[in-house]
Amino acid sequence: MGARPRGDEGMSRVRREGAQAGDRSPAAEPYGGAVTAVAARPPVRGAAIGLLGQTLAVLERQLALYRRVWRGSAFSSLILPVLFLLSMGIGVGGYVGELEGVPYLQWIVPGLLSMSAFEIALVESTYPVMSDFKWTRAYHAIAVTPVGVAGILQGWLLYLILRVVFAVAVFLVVAAAFGGLVSAWAVVTPLVCLVLTVAVAAPVTALAAAVDNDSYFALLFRFAMVPSSLFSGVFFPVERLPAAAQAAARATPLWHAVELNRAATLGVPPAWPVAAHLAYLAVWGVAGCLLAAVVFRRRLYG
Amino acid sequence: MGYGRGVVGEQPLIYAEGLVKRFGDFVAVDGIDFQVRAGEAFGFLGPNGAGKSSTMRMIGCVSPPSGGVLRILGMDPVRQGAQIRARLGVCPQLDTLDQDLTVRENLITYARYFGIPRREARRRADALLEFVQLADRAGGKVEPLSGGMKRRLTIARALVNEPDIVLLDEPTTGLDPQARHLVWERLFQLKRQGTTLVLTTHYMDEAEQLCDRLVVMDGGRIVAEGSPRTLIETYCPAEVLELRFADGTPEEYADKLAGVGERLDPLPDRLLVYTGDGDAALAEVQRRGLIPSATLVRRATLEDVFLHLTGRTLVE
Repeated sequence: MGARPRGDEGMSRVRREGAQAGDRSPAAEPYGGAVTAVAARPPVRGAAIGLLGQTLAVLERQLALYRRVWRGSAFSSLILPVLFLLSMGIGVGGYVGELEGVPYLQWIVPGLLSMSAFEIALVESTYPVMSDFKWTRAYHAIAVTPVGVAGILQGWLLYLILRVVFAVAVFLVVAAAFGGLVSAWAVVTPLVCLVLTVAVAAPVTALAAAVDNDSYFALLFRFAMVPSSLFSGVFFPVERLPAAAQAAARATPLWHAVELNRAATLGVPPAWPVAAHLAYLAVWGVAGCLLAAVVFRRRLYG
Repeated sequence: MGYGRGVVGEQPLIYAEGLVKRFGDFVAVDGIDFQVRAGEAFGFLGPNGAGKSSTMRMIGCVSPPSGGVLRILGMDPVRQGAQIRARLGVCPQLDTLDQDLTVRENLITYARYFGIPRREARRRADALLEFVQLADRAGGKVEPLSGGMKRRLTIARALVNEPDIVLLDEPTTGLDPQARHLVWERLFQLKRQGTTLVLTTHYMDEAEQLCDRLVVMDGGRIVAEGSPRTLIETYCPAEVLELRFADGTPEEYADKLAGVGERLDPLPDRLLVYTGDGDAALAEVQRRGLIPSATLVRRATLEDVFLHLTGRTLVE
């Protein structure tokens, strides 16, 4: 027989409440001329956050995350470079003796310093960036706030710069303790590493944002990161390489940073004018930023 | 908590006319008109692929319209996207919480994207965690929270900038019944405080519970518009008599019941009789000598309207 379920009563009660809420703004109200009327409204308060505020807000998130994971990254970014210093600089250096007129330890310190900055900048720009698009979708969360692509990228790069500069500072202290620094110009090496960080992190961030699976990262590590680290003048002068390989080595951002840092810690002039090395790194940085901005914009505001 | 400053009086907060979104050759939103007024709860109802989420992304200023007019808070979403976004709260369909941060940190870091000072961000985070009943989880990580808790946290996050409009894209999809009711109850509180809500859903009960007014979308177009009540009144008689029979198909019985009620809708498992008076229709069924194995007289719901308007095959 016809049974009215009890749930029906509840439903009609809720619906009555809904109707009352709707009564505040009558349903039959016409919208004639709505667009012009809206356009005539006084201008509203602008976004209350400028580009600097956006950048710092994004940086704050990264630092909040880093506070939870820094122990895991401390080995690769702080301790491993020091182990390299001990093994290569003191262990191998004991056999090599001098290179280009200086003890091998002093010669290799700026190389290891640059390599460490290079690897942090590169590795940190792979999975974390892909993750914030694909898994945590944090960039999508930020994209619906007033923070735009410029703020996201600047905050992200600033975070990487802080990570790299901190790691470099720790390395410098250890290197100084072992007599690895010759010239007071060593104090400019964090600035060189800052430029290197942007030159490497920006294009890799663009790549990580553009690709949909992480197999590209394995290629990047094998065919860009490892060869760069081995053959860009970190462990031996690029002049030892065949001509074609020399040209390739000099095309890497890492070689330019190594040259600048070696010039600084040894107090000698670099291979090219300082401005030329910096300009080359700047090209990588600017091109990488532009590319990343395009990819981020496409993915977040498509 | 005073969410929703009703700033615009009688003007619509959102105005769309001939709004279109294309992805290549595919037309996701095919020229729709709607307005959302301050303080109302407005719903986009429709099957998957109807264009609801594309519309929401355009309103959220993360997807530029391909054509037509769209004004949000009187501004142009393409030229003034950041200014509009500063005054929107967005609860996306997929969770975008920072799993490795604590519940409270998620709100504070998010508040900072709106330029809210730290101290104020902390104050709002605590107040909002009370509001969504997550205060006891404030210091815990997000990762172990249940789906319903994460959704409530996302809603809290969407309120951190005290938005003029809150956009909710399928706010309860994937939640169990208890969690859904808790989310509805919080959204209802927001509505009572005068917050303007814009939501998409493919749940009829959600639309009936929450929406003052809604549009039904299908294939990128709006096929009906009104309050849940007027939609039901317009497209359905007041009551539905559901009949099940032990033998024979509902279609055979539909022939025998021709003329009973205003419309007959044979489903694979039962026969629906749309009628102004369910008990009278049932009496007529019995007078014709038919003995159903089960009967139910119920009020017509938005689901009946939805199925009538968008067809049964589209709901897959």
